[in-house]
Amino acid sequence: MKNFTSKHSKKNNQATITRRNFLNTGMAAATFSLATGVTLMAYASNNDKVSGKTSRWGLLIDVNKCKSDCNDCVKACSNENGWELSEENSKTDAQWIRKIDLKEMASGREISLPLMCQHCESPPCVDVCPTGASFKRSDGIVLVDKHICIGCRYCMMACPFKARSFIHEKVPESQKKSGSPRGKGVVESCTMCVHLVDEGGTPACAIACTQTGNEAILFGDLYDPNSEISIRLATYQSSALRDDLQLNPSIRYQNF
Amino acid sequence: MKSLTAILVILLSLFSFSALSQEESKISFSPKVPKAVGAPHPEGNEFMRINHPKLLLHDRDKALRLGDREIGNSLKECVACHAVEGEDKQPVTYEDPQYFCRVCHDFVAVEIDCFTCHQAKPDDSILQRLLLERPAPLKQSQAELDNYLQANEQ
Amino acid sequence: MEKIKYSELRSTPKLWSLLFILALFIGAAALTVLYIEHNGHIVTGMNNQIVWGVPHVFAIFLIVAASGALNVSSIGSVFGKQGYKPVARLSSLLAMALLMGGLAVLVLDLGRLDRLIIAMTTYNFKSIFAWNVLLYTGFLGVVAIYLYAQMARGVPSFALKTAGMFAFLWRLALTTGTGSIFGWLVARQAYDAAIMAPMFIAMSFSFGLAMFILVMIGTCIMTGRRYGTELRTRQARLLGLFVGVVLYFTLIKHLSNLYVNEHIEFEKFILLNGGIYTLLFWVGQVFLGGIVPLFLLFHPKLDRKRNLVLLAALLVVLGGLAQLYVIIIGGQAYPLEIFPGYEVSSSFYDGVINSYIPTSLEFILGIGGVALALTITIIGMKILRIMPTNLSDDNVDINQE
Repeated sequence: MKNFTSKHSKKNNQATITRRNFLNTGMAAATFSLATGVTLMAYASNNDKVSGKTSRWGLLIDVNKCKSDCNDCVKACSNENGWELSEENSKTDAQWIRKIDLKEMASGREISLPLMCQHCESPPCVDVCPTGASFKRSDGIVLVDKHICIGCRYCMMACPFKARSFIHEKVPESQKKSGSPRGKGVVESCTMCVHLVDEGGTPACAIACTQTGNEAILFGDLYDPNSEISIRLATYQSSALRDDLQLNPSIRYQNF
Repeated sequence: MKSLTAILVILLSLFSFSALSQEESKISFSPKVPKAVGAPHPEGNEFMRINHPKLLLHDRDKALRLGDREIGNSLKECVACHAVEGEDKQPVTYEDPQYFCRVCHDFVAVEIDCFTCHQAKPDDSILQRLLLERPAPLKQSQAELDNYLQANEQ
Repeated sequence: MEKIKYSELRSTPKLWSLLFILALFIGAAALTVLYIEHNGHIVTGMNNQIVWGVPHVFAIFLIVAASGALNVSSIGSVFGKQGYKPVARLSSLLAMALLMGGLAVLVLDLGRLDRLIIAMTTYNFKSIFAWNVLLYTGFLGVVAIYLYAQMARGVPSFALKTAGMFAFLWRLALTTGTGSIFGWLVARQAYDAAIMAPMFIAMSFSFGLAMFILVMIGTCIMTGRRYGTELRTRQARLLGLFVGVVLYFTLIKHLSNLYVNEHIEFEKFILLNGGIYTLLFWVGQVFLGGIVPLFLLFHPKLDRKRNLVLLAALLVVLGGLAQLYVIIIGGQAYPLEIFPGYEVSSSFYDGVINSYIPTSLEFILGIGGVALALTITIIGMKILRIMPTNLSDDNVDINQE
C-alpha cells in the first residue's frame, strides 16, 4: 500500500493567475509580472482553512460487499448533485459515478464496483488544464472551477478513468442543486460532495451505500491515523486503479 | 434656426409625452428594486449596491478553492432572501425579468452569468435559517471592506 | 535575367468571385458557431466518449501545416538557398494565415467561447495547452516581423537571417508543442509516446509544403504569372522526401507499439479491424496520402508535370486529414484500459469501441477554417507585394547557393 502521507508536504499546486485576485486580495503569494494585466500567482498553502496538513478525504470501496444489481450510490449522487442520465442522450449526458460490471478474463471471477473521479494526488486533469480551472484542493479533492473553465475538454482527454463529463446542452433548473451548480459548455465530475464534506458531512454515495446495508463505501480522512478508513487501509490489502501511472488516488478498492 | 426650434419642440413634446406615460404606469427613471424577505443589510443598501460584485467574487473563490464556507456572502443566501414571487406565488427564475438581479442588471445592460449554472430559486432550508438570523460578517465601511478583501485568510 | 519584382494581385473578376465563394464558406461557419453556442455541443456528433471531433482534425491540420508552410522561407534565409527567396514572402504569409485559420476553428469549438479572454489571461504553466496559446500567438508575431524584414528595403542580411533563424526555431517549438498535446497524454493507449512530437514535425514539413505548392501554383494559374519548371521540380522532390519521412515515422510508431504487448490490441484496432479508422489509415493516409504522391512525384516518366504535382499535393493534404482523423478520433474511439485483464461493461460505454458520427456542422466549421486561411492569404497578396511577377526559370536561379 502506498503511504498517503509521503508526498503530502509537497507544495500546494494551486497555481493560477488572475488579475483580480492579485489586485484585490494581495494574499501571501508569489507574484510575477508577465505582461500588463497578466500575473502569475501561487497561493501560499498555509492560508487554507482546510489545510492539507490536517486532512485528505478519501473513499475505500470494498468490492466484495458491492452488489452487482445495486445502483443506489449512483441514484444518490444523481439526486444530490442534479445530473440525470436519460435514455435518448446516454452518450452526452453527464455521469459523475457509474457502476461497472467486471469479469476477470483469466479466472472468470465476476465483480461489480462504482467508479467516479479518483481524486488523484497527482491529477493529470489538473496538469493539462490551460486555465487552472481544474484544480486540487489542499484536502485532496479535485474540482473544476466552472467560473474559469473554457470548455476545451483537454482534461477529459487526460483523465485515465473517464471520470469527467462535458455538459452538452442547457441544464434545466430542475437539474441544478444549491450545492452543485451545473451549466452548459463546461466540464464537471464527482466533487466528493464537497459542499457536504465542508460542513462536516459525508458524500451521498457513501451514505446511500450504508443505508442499503452493503456498507461497501467507507468515507474518511486518510491523514488521520485513527480514522476507520486509515485503520482498514493499514490492516487489509487494497489497491488503486491504474496503479502503473503512480497517481496515488484518494479512492481505494479493497478485495480487488 | 427654424429647423432647430422645430427639433427642440419635437424633442420636448416627446419627452413630456414619455414622462406622462411613465407617470401613468408608475415607472420611474431608476429601476424598482423588489423588497427582500429577511432583515436588511446592516451595511446599508447603498453599500451593497456598490460592493456586491467584489464580495461575491472574493467569497466564491474562498469557498470553492479554499473550502471556507463560513462566508457572509454566499450566492445561495442572496438568492434566498431576495426571491421574487411570480403570479403563481412561486419564486421566479432568472428567465423572468422580475428576478431580483435582473431588475437592475437589465436596466444598466450588464449581463451576469451566475445563473447559467447556479440555482436561481431559493433553497427553503437556507431561507428558514436566514429568517432566524442574519449572517455575521459586517463590513460597514469601505475601509473595512478593503481590509477584508485584502486580508490574509490566516 | 531581370531583377525579381513583386506586385499586388490585380483586381480581377476571378479574384473577387473566389473571395466571394470563400466568404460564403466563412459565413456558413460563423452561423454554425452561433448555432452550436446556442444549443450546446449536443447538436454536433461529439460526446463524452469522443470529446474532440472533426473541428479538431481541421484545426490541428491547419496549425501543423502553418509551421510547415514557413519552411520555404527558412530554406531561403536560414539555409541560404537563394532560389527559394522569391517565394519566401508567400511562405511567411501563408504560415500566418493557416495558423489563424486553425486557431479560429480550435477556439470556436470551445464550450465557453465567451470566456476566451480567460484563456488569454489565466495560465496554468504546467499545461502544454497553455504553452501552446503563447507559442501560437508568439508565432504570429515572430513571423510578422520576419515578413517585414523580408519586404522592407534596406534590411541588412544578418538581420533577415536572424529573424529567419528565430522564426525557424519558434516553428519547431510550436510543432513540438502541438505534437505533445497528444504525446503527453499518459492515460490513453493511443497517445503517450515521445515519438508524437518529431512525427508532428515531419507531418508539418509535408502538409505545409503541400499547402504551399497548392497555393503558389494555384495563384500563378489564376493570375497568369509565369512559374518555372525547375522551381516546381525542386519543390516536388522536397515534398516527396517529406512524404517519405512521414511514412517512416508512421512505420516506426506502429512497429514499436506492436512490440509492446499492452498496445497490441490498440494496434489491431487501427491496422486491422477498426472499420473507418482502418480504412482511413490504409487507403487514406498510407495509399492516397503516401504511396500515390510518392509515385507521382518520383516516377521518372511522369516528369513532375504541373497537374501531377498539384494532384500529389492535394493527395498529401487529404492524406494528412485522414492521418489526423485516425490519430485524434481513432485514438479516442478505442476504449480506455482502466481494468486490464477484465471484461468491462457499464452505462458509460466502458470497454466498448466508441462510435462517432460527425455532423455536417462540424465539417462546415472545419472547412470554414480552411476558407478563412485562404481568404487571409489572398487578401494579403492583394494588398501587399507578396507574389513575384515572374517565377520562370530564366528569372529564378534555383541552383544558386
